[in-house]
Amino acid sequence: MATKTDKALEIAGKTYQSRLIIGSGKYQDFEQNKDALEASGAEMITVAIRRVNLGQDKGEPSLLEVISPEDTTILPNTAGCYTADDAVRTCRMARELLGGHSLVKLEVLGDEKTLYPNVTETLSAAETLVEDGFHVMVYTSDDPLIAKRLEEIGCVAVMPLGAPIGSGLGIRNPYNIRMILENATVPIIVDAGVGTASDASIAMELGCDGVLMNTAIAEAQDPVLMASAMKKAVESGREAYLAGRMPRRLYASASSPIDGTFF
Amino acid sequence: MSVTVTINGVARDIEPGLKLQDLLQQLELGSGPVAVEVNGEIVPRSEHPRHPLQAMDKIEIVQAIGGG
Repeated sequence: MATKTDKALEIAGKTYQSRLIIGSGKYQDFEQNKDALEASGAEMITVAIRRVNLGQDKGEPSLLEVISPEDTTILPNTAGCYTADDAVRTCRMARELLGGHSLVKLEVLGDEKTLYPNVTETLSAAETLVEDGFHVMVYTSDDPLIAKRLEEIGCVAVMPLGAPIGSGLGIRNPYNIRMILENATVPIIVDAGVGTASDASIAMELGCDGVLMNTAIAEAQDPVLMASAMKKAVESGREAYLAGRMPRRLYASASSPIDGTFF
Repeated sequence: MSVTVTINGVARDIEPGLKLQDLLQQLELGSGPVAVEVNGEIVPRSEHPRHPLQAMDKIEIVQAIGGG
């Protein structure tokens, strides 16, 4: 039984019991995505904004019919945008699409091979969007100074990468994530890089407020089972963080008392 | 008589003055919500029934799809 009570994650005035945010890309079909969402316990899911396929969508269900915005917070992203202008335009389309919904995930990419964020364009887009009334959750590099700057601009959550998008390499620079956490007054959510459950636990043990992942679940052999694993990993990592880990020692420290030995 | 507009990058002939909402109906889109830009400006859903389309209009129609 947990002895320390946790405060729920709060983003843009809404509280979430789950600290896991999942994506909706790369799944076999909507059903699998929905099952993974349920198994993950996530209350927020990212979506992309794209052109409709003219003449090909007749009778096709829409993602938003399978995953209802009433039960799950929809987080439209600006994936695929390489300029601040494209990202701002995408967010405005998303707001119109979702009936005035102002929560967005801003990501402005710099390079196709690394999908690393273009930080200067990201800063510029964040400024425009915050001024325009958006609640911006922003994907960025793990640079503590940039993370702080994005917070000062007014982003509601700052989301440093653990490793490149879709790489599954885990949290490559935990020390930078710690520095970001130390200075933060908004939720810090690791976005990108998680490959398996232990990576999510590591992010949470560092003290992150949440983890966002897509490929780690969608590209698992069994995505629904991995979604369930991620739910537990995020929860156990959070509890371990709250519990406070023991200090690391170079040498052993016996767990059984020396006193009372009879040999 | 018809005029040519561009919809999601593809040229298409429509009757002049066709309202945006009627175009969307003609396109038989899927059942999910869409957002529409005409010449780079969003046309709010409430304006769709009134918004007349003109020759050379560049129309973008988007939806939410899977993404991370």
